[in-house]
Amino acid sequence: MDENLKRDIIIDNYQNPMNKELIDDSSYLKVNQASESCIDNLDFMMKIEDNIVKDIRFDGEACAISTSASSIMIRSLIGKDIDYVKKLLTNYKNMIEEKDYDKELLGELLVYDTISKQPNRIKCALVPLEAINKMLEELDEKKI
Amino acid sequence: MNREDFPMISDKLIYFDNGATTLKSNSVINSMIDYYSKFTSNIHRGDYDAALMTNELYDSARDTVREFVNAKDSEVIFTSGTTMSINYLVTSFMKNHLKKGDVVLLNKAEHASNVLPWFRLKEEIGIEIEYIPLTEEFEIDLDSLEKMINNKVKVISIAHVSNVIGDVRDIKSISKLCKSNNIYLCVDGAQSIPHMSVDFDGLGIDFLSFSAHKMIGPTGVGCLVVRRELSKDMKPIFLGGGMNLDFYNDGSYELHSDETRFEAGTPPIGEVIGLREAILYLEKIGMDKIHKYEVELKKYLVSKLEKNNKIIMYNKTSHSGILSFNVDGVFAQDVSIYLNKHNICVRAGNHCAKLLDEEIGVSNTVRVSLYFYNTKEEIDKLVEVLDNDNILREVI
Repeated sequence: MDENLKRDIIIDNYQNPMNKELIDDSSYLKVNQASESCIDNLDFMMKIEDNIVKDIRFDGEACAISTSASSIMIRSLIGKDIDYVKKLLTNYKNMIEEKDYDKELLGELLVYDTISKQPNRIKCALVPLEAINKMLEELDEKKI
Repeated sequence: MNREDFPMISDKLIYFDNGATTLKSNSVINSMIDYYSKFTSNIHRGDYDAALMTNELYDSARDTVREFVNAKDSEVIFTSGTTMSINYLVTSFMKNHLKKGDVVLLNKAEHASNVLPWFRLKEEIGIEIEYIPLTEEFEIDLDSLEKMINNKVKVISIAHVSNVIGDVRDIKSISKLCKSNNIYLCVDGAQSIPHMSVDFDGLGIDFLSFSAHKMIGPTGVGCLVVRRELSKDMKPIFLGGGMNLDFYNDGSYELHSDETRFEAGTPPIGEVIGLREAILYLEKIGMDKIHKYEVELKKYLVSKLEKNNKIIMYNKTSHSGILSFNVDGVFAQDVSIYLNKHNICVRAGNHCAKLLDEEIGVSNTVRVSLYFYNTKEEIDKLVEVLDNDNILREVI
């Protein structure tokens, strides 16, 4: 993807993030994702019904990379089933960590395909992934 | 000034993160290299020349500190830094002198190290913590403080200079209130001792804490200065070698009568020697000169940044070298990462003052903290790179 287009997508999602507003609803899974190494501090909430992601929302203070990554990831995951979500998250993590991944699956998230070249940004790009993984783990525990 | 004495300073690096730690002078570095390469030895043990040399430097460092902060009849205890100093005074003195319901006055601009030890004391013995209100400029409101004083208030613990706002607190007036109401006054000098003349006796301080690394000295060492009539009631937290006179089969023991009773085990000798050298260096320039220069630099910085309508400054008027700001529409950490691309070192975050966001309405800021080796030319460069509508684009 063209570097300028990548920047446009990142800035657009930073300045107009999707679902950057929490709501008061106890049926959502919730998690706070605060980084110990940087100052990002975001709250996430996710609603899953019949194995489908119905909604994901977030809010808080964070940098351009973690905010935009949260926004793009939310757009990529709403309406998908959990197996797909897990597959996408695995491929996204592989991309960030410079391992093999399925480009077709990641769509707009490909804007972060060279983020590994900026070591201090890797954790920012992983903020939404870690938050969603934690909520999925919580869901698994509830099922057990 | 004195840029040639600092090996990290170059045309390629602008260091504006002096509130976090400062650069080290050649004299400080060399004093420690000498200890580690020419006369390494433990203190107060050996009879050989190297050990005698070490003793002399280590012991004289204590007097150097005492004179530097004008604490004539007080004890100077070497700690690992400000954080340990505050934890030490809370644990070894306050825990034994305060009781349930006693009130400790803090304020919401304090650093974590002057908040959390008191939080734990609250958990442990049930003290109460109250916050002195801040003015619209986020500075201490002395009138409100006076109204808060009652017979339950036993301690005021306060930074001399706040590490985010950079305001110099009126310790003299606070101390008068303390003296007339039997209140202990604990001053966190981490951001004042390196930058201005501080008169422990003249200001009437009971406990003073600071760190060497924020005043061109090494990491790992700092001081707790305590008035002698209080330190005699302080219980050493650590026991071991170097602090006892003798101990006996029946389990009894006697401790040293001087400050070494608080310094069990081998102390950071090389670092104490480095601290001594740092103070000698700063004294040679003169603390009043340093403070005046930093305030002038900050005024210059503020006047330049005022021309950039994207910059939001939070503490334009505070009388120190600290400026906290944000760039409209760009997250503080993104600004910091952007400035790093131009080899400018600043700090982004809450600066460990996590209660302050309730007051100033933002959690994170960019902080420029100046020192005597910074220049107007460096500030010009910062102002120039911040005058850019594409910061966000260039940082991702």
